[in-house]
Amino acid sequence: MKAEEHATRTLEVEGGWQVKLTSYRLGEVYRCTADNVSPGANIARAEGATREEAESKALERAKQLLGRTRRQSIGS
Amino acid sequence: MADYAHPEVLVSTDWVAQNLNNPSLRIVEVDVDTKAYDEGHIPGAIGWAWNTQLCDTVQRDIIPKAAFESLMGSSGVGNNTTVILYGDNNNWFAAWALWQLKIYGHKDVRLMNGGRKKWLAEGRELTKDAAKVTPATYKAQNADLSIRAFLPQVQEALAKKSADMVDVRSPQEFTGEILAPPGLPETCQRGGHIPGARSIPWAQACNEDGSFKTADQLKTLYANAGISGNRPIIAYCRIGERSSHSWFVLTYLLGYKNVTNYDGSWTEWGNLVGAPVERGAAAAAAS
Repeated sequence: MKAEEHATRTLEVEGGWQVKLTSYRLGEVYRCTADNVSPGANIARAEGATREEAESKALERAKQLLGRTRRQSIGS
Repeated sequence: MADYAHPEVLVSTDWVAQNLNNPSLRIVEVDVDTKAYDEGHIPGAIGWAWNTQLCDTVQRDIIPKAAFESLMGSSGVGNNTTVILYGDNNNWFAAWALWQLKIYGHKDVRLMNGGRKKWLAEGRELTKDAAKVTPATYKAQNADLSIRAFLPQVQEALAKKSADMVDVRSPQEFTGEILAPPGLPETCQRGGHIPGARSIPWAQACNEDGSFKTADQLKTLYANAGISGNRPIIAYCRIGERSSHSWFVLTYLLGYKNVTNYDGSWTEWGNLVGAPVERGAAAAAAS
């Protein structure tokens, strides 16, 4: 088995957070991981029968988690 | 990889592919996402979970010596086995594992350059099959703590200005805008950085494919932030895994001496009552 149809794309979601989706097919299943770009930690993973399904699930989970991240005021 | 100070600690994906059946090797995957291994891994590789197998699960600490010996033995790793580590997030926790293997004196441990990301992107073979492991006997050396920084050492270095502090977290964590990487749990009370620390995010040491930049590029990266290797260096992040990655770069790729990983990192410093904290980016830029 090999990762095939490997693809990545980066998008911005609500709150201004960047998300990088990495998707590929392993056998009959599409896999997708979502990372937070900076610092680049994987925060969600999902699978689906199609790339779109896997990406959609991973992105939805990533949005949930990113929505919990609070920005602090760093003004002097 | 010949231009690195210690190229022997790094192997390419090609090299691993050609050595899958080498009986003197044990390939180990260590991921941030502990489910990644189960999805498919390098044939013959075993998986270690950073959060249960590479730490003390009762008190906050690295894996105790006896547990380390047990892990190595049950993984089929003898004292003369060459251990090849790789993982997701460009080897974050693979580097964390390597750092601990070095602490306990394992002779031959190497990182696969580019980690899981590069292996997958190159369309190399994966399997879900469990690796066949013949248990071994392993005798660890006493912990070499010269590559680890504890809180009192960091406090002393700060007071005496006797070491360069390298904060390898993201710029937003460094400034204090966020308390943890986006999407991950907040595990500290205050945001910011250790006063005087230089911000050199770990990812700047990597190419887009996850492999390390050249020695010249790395040297320039650190030099531009005032880190030249002529003073002790203390690397830190949030929990010590990203700083293991930078510790690896500074120690083995650039060959700098006296580099330590402060694995207490921001989850220790950012929770300490009375610890000095600097916020914003100005101080780092001015230094």
